Amino acid sequence: MSHYLFILVGAVLVNNVVLVKILGLCPFMGVSKKLETAYGMGAATTFVLTMATGASYIIDHLLLTPFGLEYLRTLSFIVTIAAIVQLTEMVIAKTSPTLQQTLGIYLPLITTNCAVLGVPLLNIANGHNFVESLLFGAGSAVGFSLVLILFAGIRERIEGADVPTHFRGVAIAMVTAGLMALAFMGFAGLDKYQ
Amino acid sequence: MELLLAIAVMALGAVVLGAALGYAAIKFRVEGDPLVEKIEAILPQTQCGQCGYPGCKPYADAIAKGEADINLCPPGGMEGVQRLADLLGREVKPLDAEEKPKQVAIIDENTCIGCTLCIQACPVDAIVGAAKQMHTIIAGQCTGCELCLPPCPVECIRMEAITENIDNWKWKYPVVEIKAAAPQKAA
Amino acid sequence: MLNLFKFKGGVKPPTNKTQSLGRPIAVAPLPSRLVVPLHQSIGGTPRPVVQAGDKVLKGQLIGEADGWISAAVHAPTSGTVVAVDMHVQPHPSGLDALCVVIEPDGRDEWTTRVPVDHRALAPEEVRERLQQAGVVGLGGAVFPTHGKLTPSKTVPMQELVINGAECEPFITCDDLLMRERADEVVRGIGIFRDLLQPEKVLIGIEDNKPEAAAAMRAAVQALGESFEVVQVPTLYPAGGAKQLIRVLTGKEVPASKRSTDLGVQCFNVATAYTAWRALAHGEPVVSRLVTVTGNVAEPCNYEVLIGTPMAEVLKLGRPHPDTDGIVMGGPMMGFLVPDGEVPVVKATNCLIAHSERLFPPKAPEMPCIRCGSCARACPHELQPFEMYWFARAKNFGKTQEYHIFDCIECGCCSFVCPSRIPLVQYFRFAKSEIWAREREKKAADTAKTRFEFKQLREEREKAEKAEKLARAAAAQAAKKAAEAAAAAGEAAPGETAAAVDAETDPKKAAIAAAMARAKAQREAAPPRNTEQLNAVQQRELDEIEARRQAAGISPAAPAEKTE
Repeated sequence: MSHYLFILVGAVLVNNVVLVKILGLCPFMGVSKKLETAYGMGAATTFVLTMATGASYIIDHLLLTPFGLEYLRTLSFIVTIAAIVQLTEMVIAKTSPTLQQTLGIYLPLITTNCAVLGVPLLNIANGHNFVESLLFGAGSAVGFSLVLILFAGIRERIEGADVPTHFRGVAIAMVTAGLMALAFMGFAGLDKYQ
Repeated sequence: MELLLAIAVMALGAVVLGAALGYAAIKFRVEGDPLVEKIEAILPQTQCGQCGYPGCKPYADAIAKGEADINLCPPGGMEGVQRLADLLGREVKPLDAEEKPKQVAIIDENTCIGCTLCIQACPVDAIVGAAKQMHTIIAGQCTGCELCLPPCPVECIRMEAITENIDNWKWKYPVVEIKAAAPQKAA
Repeated sequence: MLNLFKFKGGVKPPTNKTQSLGRPIAVAPLPSRLVVPLHQSIGGTPRPVVQAGDKVLKGQLIGEADGWISAAVHAPTSGTVVAVDMHVQPHPSGLDALCVVIEPDGRDEWTTRVPVDHRALAPEEVRERLQQAGVVGLGGAVFPTHGKLTPSKTVPMQELVINGAECEPFITCDDLLMRERADEVVRGIGIFRDLLQPEKVLIGIEDNKPEAAAAMRAAVQALGESFEVVQVPTLYPAGGAKQLIRVLTGKEVPASKRSTDLGVQCFNVATAYTAWRALAHGEPVVSRLVTVTGNVAEPCNYEVLIGTPMAEVLKLGRPHPDTDGIVMGGPMMGFLVPDGEVPVVKATNCLIAHSERLFPPKAPEMPCIRCGSCARACPHELQPFEMYWFARAKNFGKTQEYHIFDCIECGCCSFVCPSRIPLVQYFRFAKSEIWAREREKKAADTAKTRFEFKQLREEREKAEKAEKLARAAAAQAAKKAAEAAAAAGEAAPGETAAAVDAETDPKKAAIAAAMARAKAQREAAPPRNTEQLNAVQQRELDEIEARRQAAGISPAAPAEKTE
């Protein structure tokens, strides 16, 4: 049982997708200007990433591996993710227009989030089973949301700070992201009993 | 053989996913576009048509559909462009026209011949008057759109910038003074 | 003894009150010219009811209240109205506003004063009289007093708080008023008590004014009232309405609520005094007590006519030669007036001669070190450092999340800030930006509704026109049929017509007849302003028509569209 906990905690903190694996930097830099959008993006990504890991596991184990078509993984995963994002958007638009309004255009942007593709591929590389895959996916998504929200909070404050002119905007955000990555390195070893 | 298999698998995936999406598109169809309302809330509602669309709503529609750029609204100014860019996640672009201060139309009542043409042109019914009677502008309702200027046959309408008064005066952003302020003279 | 509460924070700046306490209230001499601004209270700007050249008497109405939240303005002395025009205002903007300029005739002759007994009048009438007399809150906020004298319908009025705390340094006008005119202040409080019917009346006076408290106690006893005079600890800003309510009753009034909703109301002692003068003596508010202090040789309190140029008032205190400006209000919340010529208004409680010796220029602003001193000093338990951070970044949504509208701009945070950041200026900036945005939003919404309505109306008109045309065509057909029948018939025309009507469609024919009548009437009636023209006017009209032709507008077209 503790094995699953390690996977979860490891994905959230120790091997954080953004700050340690350096995946999904596009939304991390792009959608972190405001806290509200960061919350929305975090929630949407969490849902899509969890769904995508499950679906890609099924596709890989039922379709690709039996036929020896492992080289089609990237292609088929991308198609699956795109479809899931589309589906999610439609369902949300129908069921909860308010949520769709808060997420706005960030929902379709999830397709281009490389963390969503990276996590299923890592699942296969690590040889996770279905439950492990889902946990790893969910953990990575929570980790992504966590750093995105933390980062958005920091950036909101940086807006008011006396940043030297040439560092304003993305430059200081990059520096901040680097410092955050350093801080997250402190979690290394948290799961050494794995 | 393997190539055919690969194509078959991908085709199968495409068909399944396509069918699912197609079904969802019908099942979860939404009428109207909530995005249009959000865009419209940012637009200044001057209804001036300077963007090339007949009013703010059509422009909002065009933005939502991706047909129009976000920098076509001069009354909204750079701030409006900024807010649209934030909402839509697009790049901020410089305004397509010159940014003007807020204005209000004034009818020179001596020259006005009472032709009612400006009344018909005014998008917000901010001009009162009747045929062969003097017209005047309800300044509080005027959006400064300038649509009444071209139809006037005697050119009796002019635009005036709204000047600062005690009611609309704003506290300025505190600036750091480099040197002490010049001593004020007490009378 | 009443159990006192405490508010968080507050500061103790040097009070500097003793300077101006040494002399009794003096009456300022009549100035050479009075500039009376019309907008002296919160709410609608009063409409001027006099013109240049009018003779006015002291206390005569010169500005009529516009709306319920607005108070009348009166001539401070007798004389001639020289002009009604724009003059620079005692306002931080230094902008102009409409004023009535009066040249005194020196007689200071009162208009007829009608004293009334407020107990004999209905409450509505008392409130109206107070509005007519221009009674406003003289503590500095100048909210029309009558607007605060309506008790809440649902919440019973528990406490009436009378504010004699006067916490701001330098200012002593309320102190001296209570010492010298306690009797009339207490009678004025009696008016408020009668209107609001509170369970108890508490008069809060800071404990650094024992003479004022003693005078008030004596007056309360002499008049046999049950008011309680309470000495509150000296701590700035104990004289803020919300703080005093908190100290005396323990109630906290949020920005979103009115104090009557919590069963409490607060008035300044000077307001009570003017209310009494207005009702029992029929004297509207034409003067007020002003503390003249600061860099002057003879600090003193003067009874000054509204509209007196501030420089003239300051001269009475004989300012030292290094005086370089006038601060209206106290050093914490006041501001440097833009010009010495600005008039004393109802909000002017104190004029401080400014000099660099007295108020050394502030050292430059340093970065915020997040020490939290401002949060400890804030009497409203806000977090000024957070509001400052977001106001600086122009992130106004966030400043509202930190309740910027609860800020009373008392200046405690700026006072204690070790980095000397002008925090209040940032908050004022943020507030006025938020207000401007709200105004814009409102204007956009009205424009939108009006535009939509216009579109709706145009659609409807189009539909109506189409319908009308269809009806006209039908009528035409009916008429033709009738004519044909008449031509063919042998009987009398009237009978034939009736017969044909009956034959075809009686309803349609009736409509057609009515429309024909209406048309004839319309054609017969000329445009109203074009009858009985003389030759010149006729010529002008012809010219206009000619211009229209030239511009390519047929004269009939616009007339038709406005139908």
